[in-house]
Amino acid sequence: MVKVTFVSNNGTRREVHVAEGETAREAALFNDVPGIDGDCGGACACATCHVHVDQAWIDKVGRLEEGGAEAELLQFAEGANEYSRLACQIPIKPTLEGLVLHVPEQQY
Amino acid sequence: MSIDTIEPDTVERIASLPIDQIDVSRPSLFQKDTIGLFFNRLRNEDPVHYCRESNVGPFWSVTKFDDIMAVDTNHKIFSSEAKLGGIAIQDMHSVEGALELEMFIAMDPPKHDQQRKAVTSAVAPSNLQLLEPTIRERACQILDDLPVGEDIDWVDKVSIELTTMTLATLFDFPWEERRKLTRWSDITTAAPETGIVESYEARRQELIECAMYFKGLWDQRINEEPKNDLISIMAHSPATRDMPFLEFLGNLLLLIVGGNDTTRNSISGGVLALNQNPDEYRKLNGDPSLIASMVPEIIRWQTPLTHMRRTALQDWDIGGKQIRKGDKVVMWYLSGNRDDTVIDRADQFIIDRKNPRHHLSFGYGIHRCMGNRLAELQLRIIWEEIHKRFAKVEVTGEPERLFSNFVRGITKLPVRLHAR
Repeated sequence: MVKVTFVSNNGTRREVHVAEGETAREAALFNDVPGIDGDCGGACACATCHVHVDQAWIDKVGRLEEGGAEAELLQFAEGANEYSRLACQIPIKPTLEGLVLHVPEQQY
Repeated sequence: MSIDTIEPDTVERIASLPIDQIDVSRPSLFQKDTIGLFFNRLRNEDPVHYCRESNVGPFWSVTKFDDIMAVDTNHKIFSSEAKLGGIAIQDMHSVEGALELEMFIAMDPPKHDQQRKAVTSAVAPSNLQLLEPTIRERACQILDDLPVGEDIDWVDKVSIELTTMTLATLFDFPWEERRKLTRWSDITTAAPETGIVESYEARRQELIECAMYFKGLWDQRINEEPKNDLISIMAHSPATRDMPFLEFLGNLLLLIVGGNDTTRNSISGGVLALNQNPDEYRKLNGDPSLIASMVPEIIRWQTPLTHMRRTALQDWDIGGKQIRKGDKVVMWYLSGNRDDTVIDRADQFIIDRKNPRHHLSFGYGIHRCMGNRLAELQLRIIWEEIHKRFAKVEVTGEPERLFSNFVRGITKLPVRLHAR
């Protein structure tokens, strides 16, 4: 199991333990972390699992691929920036032990 | 869509039709609400179905959830471009006398992206929070003015009124003239056979009046400091301020239509669904916190836009069928939302289902409905306020439905209110 921490907009921290191979979206939904909707079911099709990857972690997670489907969706999301990713596109692996993800105020 | 209310011989007739003769573009099927029986057959027997001849020409029907998702998220192959036909089963620009509107919903990247980004902030969650108290206040007023115990038309008195007021708020539109917005929305999606307009020429005349009206508002807003309403945002944003006039008009109408009859018909559809499913109504009355999951369930159940259409830019395979470059491909959201291989007990209205937002009504991919949170907000507010006041909104007669294969509309819904 890999430890992932979700930080909500008001600063509340939620630590969850995720099986390798699950995505960060599933980590949030299976553990009832508020603020991650994931309407499309994890298909990179709706941008309602938007997270800001903690600055210290962005290179390990990987940045948005320019021109890819994920970037195309996130361009319309409120508050998207260079640390934005869709949680459904972050597979959890052992190198991400301790990962910190910030949940935006609202999904859209 | 309840099979119980359809005549048995109709059910039998639909069941025995040869599959290649099924034409789901016929607006009468939606008006009679027998369309679900046709989609059941297509999903079971021929989920990616070719209709050779119809009033809208040959077209493919994509009827299953996952196939629809695959088309919707593949905008590089499946174009929304107006010049290729646009986003509805009836080609845009194919009709003599129609006004050639340009809207970003019927564009591909990169132009789509620039224009969408420019207006998206008006309906972004942070802006909606500012709007919520106003929408609630207006919803309360609408409901407080309704007579208890008398027959009224829910569509006119509540559904239209609330969505129109919300639109007028979003556009900062002159309050007393707000029903103009309703009219313009209705005619934008109307063909003459709906009875809403007499002819395409008459529609064109009305849209020009609409254009002149908005031109006046635009001129006024552009000379003022930027504000948070949609016209001001469009008048001041670099991506939209130099728009050609028909594009400006098209995008305005897109926002009006997008925010109007979709939400209107979901408000009506929710009342109808609860009446058809009394156990669900009892659940709601017992636990109003279920409104949170009921709202997306209503939007799935109603599916206020039955479909979106794309045009194939190259040969492509969908569900094992060979689509040719230039083919018209229709994603029937109404059918995908009843696909029980993806949605548990999809043919049932269940207000406390798990993952209620996993539905197709808003579409997916870059064209996904940008007003989805506003729609949910309006529905949540109206149901919270209904619950405080009325033990039941009782449907007392047959609903009347719109003659349209695009907007799944309820035009009349007689109800009687029971005080709490």
